[in-house]
Amino acid sequence: MARVTIDDITIEVPDGTTILNAARMIGGDVVPPAMCYYSSLKTSGGYCRTCIVKVEQGSEKDPRPMPKPVASCRTTVMDGMVVRNITSPEVLEARAGVVEFLLANHPLDCPVCDQAGECHLQDLGYQHGKAETRYEFPRREFEKIDIGDKIQLHMTRCILCYRCVKVADQLTPSRVHGVLNRGDVGEISTYIQHAIDNEMSGNIIDVCPVGALTDKTFRFKSRVWFTKPVDAHRDCPTCSGKVRLWYKGDEVLRVTGRKDEFGEVIKNEDGSTAWVCNSCRFDHKKTSDWVIEGPSKVQRDSVIGANHYLHEVKFETQLAQKFLEAGQRAELGEGFLNPNNV
Amino acid sequence: MGKKLLLEKVNIPGIETYEVYRREGGYKSVEKALKEMTPEAMVEEVKKSGLRGRGGAGFPTGMKWSFLAKPEGVPRHLVCNADESEPGTFKDRYLMEKLPHLLIEGMIVSSIALGANTSYIYIRGEYAYVYKIMEKAIREAYAAGWLGKNIQGLGYDLDVHMQIGAGAYICGEETALLESLEGKRGNPRIKPPFPAVAGLWGRPTVVNNVETIMAVVPIINLGGDAYAAIGVGKSTGTKLISASGHLNKPGVYEIELGLPVEEFIYSDEYCGGIRNGRKLKAVVAGGSSVPILPAHLITHTTNGEKRLMSYESLADGGFESGTMLGSGGFIAMDEDTSIVKNLYTFTRFYHHESCGQCSPCREGTGWMEKILNKILQGKGTLEDVDLLWDLQKNIEGKTICPLGDAAAWPVASAIRHFRADFEEYVRNPGQIRDVKHYYRLHNLAEA
Repeated sequence: MARVTIDDITIEVPDGTTILNAARMIGGDVVPPAMCYYSSLKTSGGYCRTCIVKVEQGSEKDPRPMPKPVASCRTTVMDGMVVRNITSPEVLEARAGVVEFLLANHPLDCPVCDQAGECHLQDLGYQHGKAETRYEFPRREFEKIDIGDKIQLHMTRCILCYRCVKVADQLTPSRVHGVLNRGDVGEISTYIQHAIDNEMSGNIIDVCPVGALTDKTFRFKSRVWFTKPVDAHRDCPTCSGKVRLWYKGDEVLRVTGRKDEFGEVIKNEDGSTAWVCNSCRFDHKKTSDWVIEGPSKVQRDSVIGANHYLHEVKFETQLAQKFLEAGQRAELGEGFLNPNNV
Repeated sequence: MGKKLLLEKVNIPGIETYEVYRREGGYKSVEKALKEMTPEAMVEEVKKSGLRGRGGAGFPTGMKWSFLAKPEGVPRHLVCNADESEPGTFKDRYLMEKLPHLLIEGMIVSSIALGANTSYIYIRGEYAYVYKIMEKAIREAYAAGWLGKNIQGLGYDLDVHMQIGAGAYICGEETALLESLEGKRGNPRIKPPFPAVAGLWGRPTVVNNVETIMAVVPIINLGGDAYAAIGVGKSTGTKLISASGHLNKPGVYEIELGLPVEEFIYSDEYCGGIRNGRKLKAVVAGGSSVPILPAHLITHTTNGEKRLMSYESLADGGFESGTMLGSGGFIAMDEDTSIVKNLYTFTRFYHHESCGQCSPCREGTGWMEKILNKILQGKGTLEDVDLLWDLQKNIEGKTICPLGDAAAWPVASAIRHFRADFEEYVRNPGQIRDVKHYYRLHNLAEA
């Protein structure tokens, strides 16, 4: 076990845990945002750099700080490590810089994008970015590529998180798509326009943090905030059958995996991930196909609310608790509890 | 004349052939290594020599070697990084072209010291003709029994394979090189694990620059102490400098570390001063990635001492007033050089070569290029210069591999030391758009 302190909150985690996962165990606002890391996908993470944090003390044995900000999703904790996330202005500024880079070439076509309303980049820009862009050049565009009749690829919106590449590597028997070219003209593509056609390929829609990969069967049918998410399951020979149905009136508009508070597909009791097979996702769109469990719980800051919010502990509450215990509140002053001031 | 260790015999006719190289005392170090030394003693000699990586980072080689994990039953590898692609650097090409057998000899002794039985040379794709020279030399070495099973009957097996790159700068970064060598896309890996623990095919691997591996030969021949006696302080031995730009005698020079920079530029033994009697404006001392310095800072440090060609002296003053020795790509620019234009060229290069894995480098390098292009077109504003400064700050230190830093440092240093040049471009757009501007500005005849 290793004791790690993130933004003055100490937690004991198993050895080998990453800083990001330790922060997720604490929960609340100290969790760094992650656009490319996905806990169910091996070797994911490290690319987007939004989860960067400052390591103030490397470990108990070697208390030196780390010279550069580190990607919390790929850095494992050491016993006695001290990490600063939202209590470090330096980190917040660096993260705002990363957000600016991610948005520099993003088309911002949210009004016509099916992902809008459940887009991680929207949330990220809102929570960690700045209101205006300083980018004044034409944004990058790509030729449209047809990757099959179920999945729509909008390369222009892609932030190259590599999640869909890892899904194809780890969930499907053979990967037919990948990253072509280099640098800012790199693109997700199928080699010589092979269609992505296998049982688990639909999961690339669920892992995509932006609107680069969307469900063709749901395309332009409704804004997500006009649909009601309902958890349901069925006996499926290929996958766990645990899904989320998105209703508009009596009609199921689409089927997705169930996502947790970090936007990731949930885990089954045995620790495996509740990926959804294409048969469940695309071919079972009748209520009679499913056993309904009830309305899905969603995050309070989500636009898909419908009054079924998850209970969430806010950073202020955690810190207040901690400092009240320590009797330090008076010293720190009133403004301290507002994370924007620290 | 300074002491020469690598280029000592470079002018002997036919030195690139096995016969001449052997006649001139080649492969002696292999005999010494196998007959008289243990691998541990060899690593110890390299440690004593104070040799530092010649590829750019300057990490002590002996220490790198001693970090190599040695689990039972797992093969280890030595990989020679011959993917020399730092703009302004061309020493490895010269070395491999003239002294291919020295590299092979270095590969053999280094492999023995590390206990590697299969070693690789990853050579830059653009060096196709050097590849042929090296290939011939490797064939000769096999034929003469220096490579293969049971080298010279001394009981050591070593195979050396050569792989040609496909023309990506990023593959000079050691983990991207290993990915490429494994046949994958040349994207840098996230460290840790370091190659010394899990490198090529997950096995413990040491990646060294061509010049570093060659320098092991004189270290084994002369002993670590004798090598350490050359140079100054922690910068021991000799270093090859690729001098280019507005110099009277550009070329590859082997210098003893600790040579004053002023002497290197102006002495007739080395670069022989600035071309056409002009004045020196700026120097990029270690390849395009390191900070550019104006003439007064490259010859003297801020506290008035002479700046020396050594790792420490060039770095004196940090990035505020110093730079780095880097790979030894020494680019001199005379008073008529446009720093903005030069920076645009560098930035365009980094934009083109960014692998696109992490977002700051992927998006930032392209953005910086576009802003610089705008300034060059005479459409820039002073806010653009500030924006450039912000962008480089947001890229530096935020990326997986050092390419982000390499793209950010030249921008930072150019703005830090030559802000006036940028302002001139912004303030006199009409003149700037005219390519002859600099000639008129300095009352010079058009070249």
